[in-house]
Amino acid sequence: MPFMPEPDPDPWQLRRLNGPQDFGSVKELATNPIGDRIIGAFFSQGQETVDFHSFVRILAHFRPLDKNRAKRPDSPEPINSRISKLRFAFQLYDQDNDGKISRDELLQVLRTMLEMQVTEEQLESIADRTIQEADLDGDNAISFDEFRKSLEKVNIEHKMSSRFLH
Amino acid sequence: MQMGKLFKRNCYAVFLIFLVVHASWGYVSNGNQSGTEDETESEQEQNLPVFTLNYSRIQMPLEITLWILLASFAKIGFNVYERITIWIPETCLLIGVGLIVGAIMHSVQERPPAVLTSRVFFLYILPPLVLDSGYFMPIRPFIENIGTVLWVAVVGTLWNSIGVGLSLYAVCCIDFFGVRDISVQENLLFASIISAVDPVAVLSIFEDLSVNEQLYIVALGECLFSDAVTVVLYDMFTFLAGMPKVESRDVFLGMTRFLVVGVGGLLLGVLFGFVAAFTTRFTSKVSEIEPLFAFMYSYLAYLVADMLSTSSIMAIVTCALTMKYYVEENVAQNSCTTIRHVIKMLATLSETVIFLFLGVVTVTTEHQWNWGYMLFTLLFAFVWRALGVVVLMHVINPFRTIGFNYKDQFSLTYGGLRGAISFALVFLLPQTIVWRRLFLTATVTIIIFTVFIQGISIRPLIQFINVRKTNWKLESINVEIHVRAMEHTVVGIEDICAQWSHHYWKDKLQKFNDRFIRWILIRDNQPESSIVSLYKKLELQNVMDILEPPAVGDSLSPETPNQEESASKLKKKFLASDLRNMHNLLSKNMYKIRQRTVSYTSKHALPDETRTREILMRRHASLHRSLRGVGEQHKNLATTQRYFSLPAQRRWEHTSASKRYPISGNFGAEVELDHSLASPRSRLLRRSTSLGARNLGACRDMAANAGIAAVKDHRGRHGARRTSRPGSSQSRPPYPCPARQHHLQDPVNNSNNRMEASDNGMWSPLL
Repeated sequence: MPFMPEPDPDPWQLRRLNGPQDFGSVKELATNPIGDRIIGAFFSQGQETVDFHSFVRILAHFRPLDKNRAKRPDSPEPINSRISKLRFAFQLYDQDNDGKISRDELLQVLRTMLEMQVTEEQLESIADRTIQEADLDGDNAISFDEFRKSLEKVNIEHKMSSRFLH
Repeated sequence: MQMGKLFKRNCYAVFLIFLVVHASWGYVSNGNQSGTEDETESEQEQNLPVFTLNYSRIQMPLEITLWILLASFAKIGFNVYERITIWIPETCLLIGVGLIVGAIMHSVQERPPAVLTSRVFFLYILPPLVLDSGYFMPIRPFIENIGTVLWVAVVGTLWNSIGVGLSLYAVCCIDFFGVRDISVQENLLFASIISAVDPVAVLSIFEDLSVNEQLYIVALGECLFSDAVTVVLYDMFTFLAGMPKVESRDVFLGMTRFLVVGVGGLLLGVLFGFVAAFTTRFTSKVSEIEPLFAFMYSYLAYLVADMLSTSSIMAIVTCALTMKYYVEENVAQNSCTTIRHVIKMLATLSETVIFLFLGVVTVTTEHQWNWGYMLFTLLFAFVWRALGVVVLMHVINPFRTIGFNYKDQFSLTYGGLRGAISFALVFLLPQTIVWRRLFLTATVTIIIFTVFIQGISIRPLIQFINVRKTNWKLESINVEIHVRAMEHTVVGIEDICAQWSHHYWKDKLQKFNDRFIRWILIRDNQPESSIVSLYKKLELQNVMDILEPPAVGDSLSPETPNQEESASKLKKKFLASDLRNMHNLLSKNMYKIRQRTVSYTSKHALPDETRTREILMRRHASLHRSLRGVGEQHKNLATTQRYFSLPAQRRWEHTSASKRYPISGNFGAEVELDHSLASPRSRLLRRSTSLGARNLGACRDMAANAGIAAVKDHRGRHGARRTSRPGSSQSRPPYPCPARQHHLQDPVNNSNNRMEASDNGMWSPLL
């Protein structure tokens, strides 16, 4: 667990992670293909540290969907709704935050996921095909709407939930 | 109309065959007498007998053969008119036919052949049935839901047996029904027999209606494991029924035995599965007998488990499950197909025989009818099943991410038909059980009731209550990639929180599998992610779609708007992908694509290869047609679909005569088509190789090399295995594209290594 109690005088302020290296205590993340992206997702734009509050916020994305909750019309979208989960996943790809997954970004992710199994050209073919399938407006990149549309039949609530986070 | 006439004619034919078979059988068995008389007479006369009828020698095999033929004719008969099988499940029809045959036999005062003994059933008829269920179980959904499946199947069956047994015993205690002396053990025995659920018919309906995956897999798994549990219980209770008194110690021993039996069978099956997979690693030279390994190891698992008194059904099922994944990667394409076909054939045969027998026995035996017992059996069976499903689901829903709602539970309850196993088990009850006939009647009643009434009505019911559906045809590379990424994400998050759920274990298992197990068991180990295999499969489908142009033969004349449109559509389709790479992947890996598609097959059918065949056949026909007239045409190749498929810039000289068709245009080369090549497969391959012809640049990189060994792919496959393909490597083309030749030879040689003869007619890669 990255959050070990530190012998520090300020209990509220310094419960924080001082950068990605603190995640190093979680060894399995090193073998995870997109481990570094997950770590990166905790650190919001430009920040070097993560405090406990933001940490929990990120984890909250993975709560299973609560079907029985009453829907209030003007409340903000709950953090574990389908859209938020999708947005989280989208941000894993979209590192430069321009709202689109470009071919290069997709290639990077594919490269880490497929590692030793395919050649570079094959990777590119797969990436090209992926973009071709999803790209509706012809800009050779996948926007969030296209991303959402391509996954409309998938049960995201199931895939991106962890049971214990009730 | 046409359909009606055809139908009638087929019906007459089938009926006639029935009669002929039956008459000949009757005659032959009656002719037994005269046969022997002839022989003795001729012996006395010391003359050489010209014609004798010797029935007794071949009686057993002949009867078996005739029964099997009868069952097969019945199946032909059903499928004459297709709509029947949609509304009436096949098991109903089979029982119906059995009833008819039984009626015929009853009228000629003949008994059913005594083939169905305990030994025959447990040694020969049951293994194919369960092997079929085990082999065609879709592994991934199964493993994801394995907890639920085991819970519902094992605990559910136990619940059912004990519940129904004890309730029936309570009913028996009431003097009114006159069955006072059925003891507790016998009631439990009977209850365990009828709690074997066999939703075969229901599964095919589920599949037709695409019910959601979880429900389907739970039904399928339940079918399988409840058989195992039932057989174990059956043994146990038969043993107990023979004992005069049951003590609590026996109950405890019973439970322990249950555990030992179950787990033992499982371990044994897994062991044999791994051994089988390991053996197939070395069978590349003896591909004709590869299926034999698969069958023998499974059967061996069954027999050894039986010898050790563990659950043989569990053993054979787990053997099939473990074996399938690795064996299908190791063995040749043909062997793979053979294995599947034979398993299906044997399973269908077993099932058909059993149901026919059921029908016959129903009519010909004397029944012992007891209204009270029957009605209460039906009632309790249904009630306890409903209760069981609801309670068990409630217990396990909190542990699942997708729960089962009431509709799912209802479907599962209502789909609990009884079938072949129940009948066989009750038929084989030892004669020491006094009330054997009563049990037989009751079982037959419940089987017929559930199969006919529930089986026929479940389809409209499921449609009416609108069970949640899954789109199984969902195949998109996007989905696969993103789902994968999400799985990795969740695993990562779980690592951070140090709380591990099934995602983590699944991931770990997969890593272990990729690293160690595959290395040991697979002949030619290249770990392949599901993304890559899905991609290859989709690309191959695309290629097939291209190669099969909609209207080739008659549109050779100047470009019609159709062609332009389709050509431009084609261009858009391959917007960015490099055709060379696609061709790379295809030719290297077409052989490997088959492993992903076997799943969700119904119990009565194999995966559908007809589409591929059709495409190939049409392709060849259109190719023949187009080639005849192509000589005079000069087309702009880049925009015509058709010419994507013809090889360009290459000149092959073959030992046999070949025709040359000059085609100019962007490609500007000669095209050779060798009609003498026996296998359309190689022709097709040659078509696809040219897809990458456009990009000459890549070809220039690769050195022209006569030897194949130098042109290896990145994964470093062994080059030694390949022999040069006869006829094509004699003359290397002057053009610097040996890469393509390599790629052509690759799949062909691979296939040549693994297929017996290259004139195999059809090539079915998409298996």
